[in-house]
Amino acid sequence: MHDLGGVSKFMCEPVDKEPHALTAFDRDVDALRQLLSGQGLMTVDELRRGIEAIPEADYHRLSYYERWIRSMTATLLNRGVLTEVEIAAALEKL
Amino acid sequence: MRAAGETVRVRDDWPETRHPCHIRTPHYLRGRSGTVVRHLGDFPNPEDLAFARPAPKVPLYHVAFAQDAIWHEGAAGDELLVEIFDHWLEPAA
Repeated sequence: MHDLGGVSKFMCEPVDKEPHALTAFDRDVDALRQLLSGQGLMTVDELRRGIEAIPEADYHRLSYYERWIRSMTATLLNRGVLTEVEIAAALEKL
Repeated sequence: MRAAGETVRVRDDWPETRHPCHIRTPHYLRGRSGTVVRHLGDFPNPEDLAFARPAPKVPLYHVAFAQDAIWHEGAAGDELLVEIFDHWLEPAA
């Protein structure tokens, strides 16, 4: 999902301009993204590319920061920073 | 370096139909002509950064387009002002 300006299926929908309260999850994801960028482990452009790669149905189901963490996970797997096994092991401990 | 006032055309190219891409040039401007307003600086190419490739710096410009030709709405004289990288611009025909 990317480059939606002027795409007819998204026209005529009112834009929600109300501010959104950030959850603890949102803040954690944002902080993690900044740390990863600071360590040179991902760029904001990789974040954007990963968000664009989310299938349309998932894209609409996920919240803004859920899209981020999905892209960040894909980037770290792609770069070999993390493995599926490591992620699964970390999730087991939660 | 492109000068302010230069008429340019956005390349009518669709690389996303050929291979995975990350493109910052809006689809609705491909093939459209506009006017260079200012040089914003040189920045690493996001099309490379998105794939963690070495990213040479590319000049970035503010380019203005007459809005009515693109959106068919708005007041007379309305313009779109869009940031476009140099490699997407070519001389206007």
